Amino acid sequence: MTRELTFAEAIHEAIEQEMIRDPKVFVLGEDVQLLRHPLLEKFGEERVRNTPISESAFIGAATGAAYSGMRPIVELMMIDFFGVAADQIMNHMAKITYLSGGQLRVPLVIRAACGGGYGDGAHQSQTIWALFAHMPGLKVVIPSTPYDAKGLMIQAIRDDNPVLYLEHKLLADYWLGLLAGANRYKDIQAEFNVPKAGTKGSVPEAPYTVPLGKAEIRRQGTDLTVVSVGVMVHRALAVAEHLAAEGEGLEVIDLRSLVPLDRRTVIDSVKKTRKLLVVDEDHRSYGLTGEIVASVAEEAAGSLDDFKRVAALDTSIPFSLALERVMLPSEESIEAAARAMLKRGKGVSSRGGPKPRRGR
Amino acid sequence: MVAKEVALDLYRRLVRIRTFEEKAAELWHQGHISGELHLYSGQDAVSAGVCAHLRPEDPTAADHRGHGPLLAKGGDLKKMMAELLGRKTGLCQGKGGHMHLFDPSVSYGCGSIIGAAMPLALGPALAAKMQKKDLVSTVFFGEGAANQGTFHESLNLAALWKLPVLFVCHDNRWAVSVPKAQSTAVPWNADRASAYGIPGALVDGMDAVAVYEAAAPLVQRARRGEGPSLLEATCYRFRGHFETDPLVYLPAGEMEEWKGKDPIPKLERQIIEQGYGTDQDLVRIREEIRNQVEQTAEFALSSPWPEPELATQHVFV
Repeated sequence: MTRELTFAEAIHEAIEQEMIRDPKVFVLGEDVQLLRHPLLEKFGEERVRNTPISESAFIGAATGAAYSGMRPIVELMMIDFFGVAADQIMNHMAKITYLSGGQLRVPLVIRAACGGGYGDGAHQSQTIWALFAHMPGLKVVIPSTPYDAKGLMIQAIRDDNPVLYLEHKLLADYWLGLLAGANRYKDIQAEFNVPKAGTKGSVPEAPYTVPLGKAEIRRQGTDLTVVSVGVMVHRALAVAEHLAAEGEGLEVIDLRSLVPLDRRTVIDSVKKTRKLLVVDEDHRSYGLTGEIVASVAEEAAGSLDDFKRVAALDTSIPFSLALERVMLPSEESIEAAARAMLKRGKGVSSRGGPKPRRGR
Repeated sequence: MVAKEVALDLYRRLVRIRTFEEKAAELWHQGHISGELHLYSGQDAVSAGVCAHLRPEDPTAADHRGHGPLLAKGGDLKKMMAELLGRKTGLCQGKGGHMHLFDPSVSYGCGSIIGAAMPLALGPALAAKMQKKDLVSTVFFGEGAANQGTFHESLNLAALWKLPVLFVCHDNRWAVSVPKAQSTAVPWNADRASAYGIPGALVDGMDAVAVYEAAAPLVQRARRGEGPSLLEATCYRFRGHFETDPLVYLPAGEMEEWKGKDPIPKLERQIIEQGYGTDQDLVRIREEIRNQVEQTAEFALSSPWPEPELATQHVFV
C-alpha cells in the first residue's frame, strides 16, 4: 500500500520497521526520547536512549557498539555540531575497518539535520557534506524526497559501513517548525520556499531499499545537465519547469548520495547535453561542484562544451535573511547560470563544427 | 600474596611484554620497523595485572603505547610482530602498524589519538549490556589522556548507564615532555572517579601482584553488572616517550630511581621468597619466551609485503 507521508514520517517508518526486523538496531542521541517519542513508546528506553551533550562519548560508544555486533543509529542532531566529535567520526568510525585490514565492521548510521535558508545563523545552517565525503570510510546520503528518505534509511541501516544520513531541515518539517518558530509565520512553506515534492509524497508501506550510489534522473532533457542533491534538486527542478516553457530541456540529476558517487549517470547525461551545471548548498571551493566537474573532465572532457557551478559562497552563513539569501544558491541564481549557458550554446553546433567559446 | 599459578602467570605476561619489546626495539634500530616506536617497558605490570583477570572475549582498548596490553592479553605474537614490520601476514595486513593494532582473537584494538579509546570502549560495554553478556570492557590510557574531554565524558556516560567498563590510567608521570604537575590540577586521577560517583583506586603499577589484587574487585564489580570504575597505576617509561627520545627534560636520577623499581626482578624475588619457583625455573620461562619471540621475528622478517592492491581494499567492507 502506498500513502502520502511527510519526509519525517518516511524516515520514522523506515527506522521503526528496521527496529522490528532487527533487534540489534537501536537509537541514541540527544533528545531522542522527545524527538522520536513514538519509537520510545514502541521499543522502550533501552533501544531509544537519551544521551548527555557529550557527542564524543556517545558517537564513540556507537562506533564501539557497532563493531561489537549492534547496529546503532546515532543522532548528531545537527551536522554543525560534528566538530566536537570530529576525532571520533573521522579518525575512528571512518578508519577502523581499514586499519584493521577489514576485520572490524562498523554498521551504523549517523543521522543529522542539515541545511539553511530559514535564518538560523552560522552554527545551525550548514550542510558541510563535502567534509565527510572527503574522508575515506564514510558513506554520505542526502535524500530529497519522502520515498528516498525511507528507502535510503533502510539501506543505510542494513549497510555494514558507517553511513552519514543528512536530512535537510526545509524538508523535515518538524525541524523547521521547531527551529524557525512555525507559529510566527502565516505560511512557513511559502516564507522559506519549502519544496512541496520534498516534504510530502508517495511512500509504500512495505519496507524497501533505495541503493546507495545510484543517482536518479528527476527530469529528462537534452540541453543542459543540472546535478545536485537535497533541497537544491527541487530548486533546479523549479528552474527546469520554468525554462521548459521557453523550450529549453534541462536534465536534472539527483545524486542522492555523495559516497558512493554515481559518476556514470552524470557523465552519460553530459555526453547527451554537453553542458553541465552543478548546484550545491555546500561551499563552492573544494567541494561537490568541483568534484563533479573534475570527474566529468577526467572521463569525458571531449563531451563537455561548457560548465558552471552555483554553490554556497565561501563565507560563514550569515544570520540575516537578507544576507543568507545572497550566500545560498536560489532559483534565481540557478536560473541565471542556466540561462547564461543555454545562451552561450545557441547558434553553435555542439557536435562537429567549431567549439563554443568558453565564456569565463 | 597471590597463589603460585597466578604469580607464575603474571611473570609470563611480564616477560612476554619485555622480551617482545626488546626484540621490537632491536628491529626498529636496524631499520626493519618504520615510523615511531612507543615502547611499554616500565608499565608492564599494569596491563599484566589487569589482563590476568580478563577473558579473551572481554573487549580491550588502548592507545599509541598499545603493545603491552595486547601482549598481556595473549594476542598473536607472530601476527603482531609482522604488523609492526608492515607485512602482509600482520594482524591488519600491514595497514595498522604499531599504533593501530587490532586482534579480534582477543577482542583488542588500539589507536594513536590520545583519549580516543575511552568513548570507543563504552560501545562494547553497551553492546554487552544490551546483549546480556557478562563481558568487561577495559580501556588503558595515560595520565595525559585524563585531561581530555573524552575522559570526563566517558566516565560520566559509563557511570550514568552503569556500563561494565574498567578505566585503567597509566600514570607514567610524563605526557611526552610535560610532567603531570604541569598538566593535572589534582595529585591523583583516581580521585576524579568520585566526581562521577564510581570507585577510584590508586595502585603501585611497578608491582604486578599489587595491580592484580587492586584490579580484582573492580573487574568483578563490572562483571556483576555493578558499573564502571577507575584504576590509576603509577609507573614509568623506561625508554622515554619513543625510541631515541633524548630525554633532556628528565630530572637527574629519575630514570635510575624508577628502573630500580622494575616489576620483573620484583616479582622474581616474590616468587623465590614464596617458594613458588627457583632461579632455574624462571630462567626456563625466560628462555622459552625468548625462543618464541625469536621465532616471531624470523616469521615477520621472512613474511611477504602486502600486495599493492591491498592499499585500496577495506575502505568499506
